[in-house]
Amino acid sequence: MMLAKVLGNVVATVKAPALDGVKLLLIQPITREGKARGRPLVALDAIGAGFHETVYWCRGREAALAFPGEVPCDASVVGIVDAITLASNPNPGEPTPPATSPPHKPSRSRRSAR
Amino acid sequence: MILGRVIGEVVATQKHASHRGRKLLLVQPANPDGSERGEAVLALDAVDAGIGDRVLVVQEGYAAMTAAGRPNSPIDMTIVGVVDAVEMNE
Repeated sequence: MMLAKVLGNVVATVKAPALDGVKLLLIQPITREGKARGRPLVALDAIGAGFHETVYWCRGREAALAFPGEVPCDASVVGIVDAITLASNPNPGEPTPPATSPPHKPSRSRRSAR
Repeated sequence: MILGRVIGEVVATQKHASHRGRKLLLVQPANPDGSERGEAVLALDAVDAGIGDRVLVVQEGYAAMTAAGRPNSPIDMTIVGVVDAVEMNE
């Protein structure tokens, strides 16, 4: 799985019947610091993610397993990231105790957003 | 499978049901000598690894979901081992 930020929705009226009722999200893969990396892509939404949220996504054939039935899909958003705890000093060979440092603006809670 | 180092933990309340009850760890892929390679990825934890651990990660769906004990679920990376040492003939 990889981290990404939701850039927006994709609307497609004509699509494979198995994709009916599934939300398409435009996501931008990001680094652990929150910087964009690579190109944006379209992923199916399995958990109800929204604009500007930091999410994690799954790629390949297993991405389709987030949905019932045979869905033609090679990328799906499978989780909304609340927080990332990074090692304070991820120095190879020197395991250090974790220190909480939020690298991203925390996603809005779904409850407070509505 | 790839070698990597656990550099962080990720908290996600809203996630696919098959990911519940498994730790989600941020893993930095590494070369055999320990130097960093590429960009950090997220993997489910099947072996109770922690921050700072050198780990073995499977990157293929079937292996990943079987190792995590969640068949037929959207999982493409799982930590399947904590590496004690890498021995090489120079």
